[in-house]
Amino acid sequence: MSIDLSQFHQVFFEESFEGLDSMEEGLLDLNPDDFDVETINTIFRAAHSIKGGAGTFGFQVVAEFTHVVETLLDEIRAGSRTLEAPHIDLLLRSVDCLREIMNSLQDGEEPDMSLADELKVSFEAVLAGETPAEAEIPEEPPALSPDQPSNGYWAIYFKPDADVLRTGNEPVRMFRELESLGAFKAEAVVCDIPELGQLDPESCYLAWNLTVEGGSRAEVDEVFEWVIDESELSIRWVDGTSETSVTSTDTASDSVVQSADGVVTEDTETSAGDNTPYEIVPEAPVLGAPVLDAAVAEESIGNDDVANAASPEAGAATPEPQKAVVSAEENSSGDAKPAKKSTAKSSETTSIRVGIDKIDSLINMVGELVITQSMLGQLGSSFDMDKLVRLQEGLAQLEHNTRELQESVMRIRMLPISFCFSRFPRLVRDLSKQMNKKIDLVLLGENTELDKTVMEKIGDPMVHLIRNSLDHGIEMPEERTAAGKPETGTITLNAFHQGGNIVIQIIDDGKGLDRDRILSKAVERGLISESDRLSDDQINELIFHPGFSTADKISDISGRGVGMDVVRRNIQELNGSVEVESTPGEGSTFTIRLPLTLAILDGQLVRVGKEVFILPLVSIIESLQVDLGMINNVGGQSEVLRLRDEYVPIVKLHELLNVEPDNYELENGLLVVVEADNSKVGLFVDDLLAQQQVVIKSLEQNYQRVEGISGATILGDGKVALIVDISGVLKMASQNNGRLKNKDHQAA
Amino acid sequence: MSDQALSNVASAPSNEDVETALGANDAATDQYLTFIMANEEYGVDILSVQEIRGWEAATPIPNSPDFVKGVINLRGTIVPIIDLRLRFGLNQADYGPMTVVIVLKVANDKGNKVIGIVVDAVSDVYSLSSEDMRQPPEMGDQVNTSFIKGLVDVQGKMVILLNIDVLLNLKELPDVDTLKKIVTD
Repeated sequence: MSIDLSQFHQVFFEESFEGLDSMEEGLLDLNPDDFDVETINTIFRAAHSIKGGAGTFGFQVVAEFTHVVETLLDEIRAGSRTLEAPHIDLLLRSVDCLREIMNSLQDGEEPDMSLADELKVSFEAVLAGETPAEAEIPEEPPALSPDQPSNGYWAIYFKPDADVLRTGNEPVRMFRELESLGAFKAEAVVCDIPELGQLDPESCYLAWNLTVEGGSRAEVDEVFEWVIDESELSIRWVDGTSETSVTSTDTASDSVVQSADGVVTEDTETSAGDNTPYEIVPEAPVLGAPVLDAAVAEESIGNDDVANAASPEAGAATPEPQKAVVSAEENSSGDAKPAKKSTAKSSETTSIRVGIDKIDSLINMVGELVITQSMLGQLGSSFDMDKLVRLQEGLAQLEHNTRELQESVMRIRMLPISFCFSRFPRLVRDLSKQMNKKIDLVLLGENTELDKTVMEKIGDPMVHLIRNSLDHGIEMPEERTAAGKPETGTITLNAFHQGGNIVIQIIDDGKGLDRDRILSKAVERGLISESDRLSDDQINELIFHPGFSTADKISDISGRGVGMDVVRRNIQELNGSVEVESTPGEGSTFTIRLPLTLAILDGQLVRVGKEVFILPLVSIIESLQVDLGMINNVGGQSEVLRLRDEYVPIVKLHELLNVEPDNYELENGLLVVVEADNSKVGLFVDDLLAQQQVVIKSLEQNYQRVEGISGATILGDGKVALIVDISGVLKMASQNNGRLKNKDHQAA
Repeated sequence: MSDQALSNVASAPSNEDVETALGANDAATDQYLTFIMANEEYGVDILSVQEIRGWEAATPIPNSPDFVKGVINLRGTIVPIIDLRLRFGLNQADYGPMTVVIVLKVANDKGNKVIGIVVDAVSDVYSLSSEDMRQPPEMGDQVNTSFIKGLVDVQGKMVILLNIDVLLNLKELPDVDTLKKIVTD
């Protein structure tokens, strides 16, 4: 067995994409005239981590390209080059380019390098153009310690474990790599070599004192990356006269670099391995491989585009882990590449990064649960009625634990919405540039947490809304000045919790929706007739109509109205809603309301006849018994409840859902006043049952969508109960009122 | 539950029977589970049969067609139950402990659905080759008979083999009258 590095590819990609995101974020923050060095450092570190990872996992194209990016960044942060706006653009473009390359690599496709090559040329031009002499900088040590004087050398003491050859970590190859960093000298320490009779030819008894003039700490570390754990290693920077021990200070974000830095912070690092030199079969599965496999792997590597194959000199040569992109067994020499692809494809699983605090609380919770369980167990083994109180207490504690555990588990899925917001600064920057508009983007409530699945699905609708605000909401600078507004428009993204929902607002201070235009379009398309009198809200609603657009011409950005129906549909699929408010001349606000999570909801069980339905607790305002004095008939048809100073229409759930109820008379049942889409309604039911959290199960999965029902759940007794979709019910009630009335009369 | 119900159904195959039969399956023939409804024998591909259960009360779905009896909880999955008699426009039979529900995996464009059908009784398992199968009678262009895979003669009895992927794809079903005509003709 050798290490199959492809199993880590997914992690590498994830981390790299995160790195790219933080690069992008940092670049957008950069202002050429006044920037924070720490921001540059952050960007540099991200780029550096990507380069390191790419090199480790054999994605040479990424590593090479990142190298030039890193070079420019390094010069900027070292102060040898002044930051200019074109640099930021160039860097942003390279972030895009890298993202694309890595997307193709992740899909197992050959990346299109044309853009990368083009950018590389631009980078080289920039690097060469102004201060060509300093283009050498990345070859120098300062990668991790920029203030390092350039004359000096790395003094390295390297004593590998006796097993090092068996793991395929050939020292000679490492030395060759060191040699490429600068003038290199190696001195072997031979004192540990045993008597000839005790010598195991496959073990390594040598230690070395090495000196390298040049290379950065990271580059040196990289050489030893695979043997840190299996060797004594000390790396020191020797600077002319004074000896400074360089310990890494960088808080690198990439895990690979981190582990390297973390381990080799002290001068001497002794490995934990205590394998005797005589041991033929290594204990750890990562060590050593049968010679046959090794040979096969070697061959496959030869065919691969990886330059350095495992060294054939070593008796038990196995592929260098670094290069072992494919595991030896699953591969014959010919199909190294396809195998790599298939692993990349199959490993496309979505994952989630969870804060350690959440895991900690989960573990605490489980601990408590176990304690409660053992307490109950003890109680049960010798139970008599005297202990009933204790049993009840125990059960109450169990319930408490279970509930907390459930909440903690749910919290794992919750991520701050900044994950979704973070892509918008770039979008706004690019689009406003493209349209010659001046726009500030303000993000509020970035720490508001939201279920990951919801977050993934809300991104696209939000992009659409933001593009709309940019394109149609915010006016051109001169228009704004003429209207007495500041030249720079503002788009605000705001997220906050409200009840059991998360509310996301997209607010612009542009010109607002053009009502006359919308009206004339609607008439033109036959949606309304000219005589219709619509309220402002109703007019605004029209933009959500399929195919509705008021754009003069279809711009490449988007038209307000083009695809708004899709936006609404996508949001509704998440059980959410979207509304628009607009004041002419002052701007528009799009408000998206979403449930926090798609899986669980607090429910109120209600009974209608023999059936149990679940009403989402968040929609319920109050429940009351009907006093006939509170009921008015409107036009002898619809009943209306007078609730304090409001009139609330009454909807009989049994009529809508076609169930036989116990009571037809209002005074015998209960009214549950619910609210959805800004309107209230009293739902008439027979009885209220318990309140409980219910796990939402899909009806659509095996059946189909049912009007007025948002899903199903399984109750404690194993029976299925349906969850009422409040806004759906409201819609049904308003549409079907007449028809249902007739039906009711016939039935009666 | 279902085991008890099954043992009462005449010549219903037990799980073991089904398994042995499956093991003996070869490439040339397909195996069909047949069931009885209104004295007619119908067959479904045994590979799409997930399990056979007794009848248990289902939770009705509001405003659904009368042949949809509701949904049940099948070990955490919500499964709709369809009364095949009603779907074919036959008279409804009384449900009791003898009533059999066949849970089927139905392929549709979005993957698999699990749907239960209520039938009178499970009958037998036959190995049939496609050569034995005859096409359903021509009903003219207007009538979609695609839910019938074919008709087979087994020891003098006609067995109607159903293509459940089409039959239970609710939206693609022909209307009840047409179904009735095809089935009773």
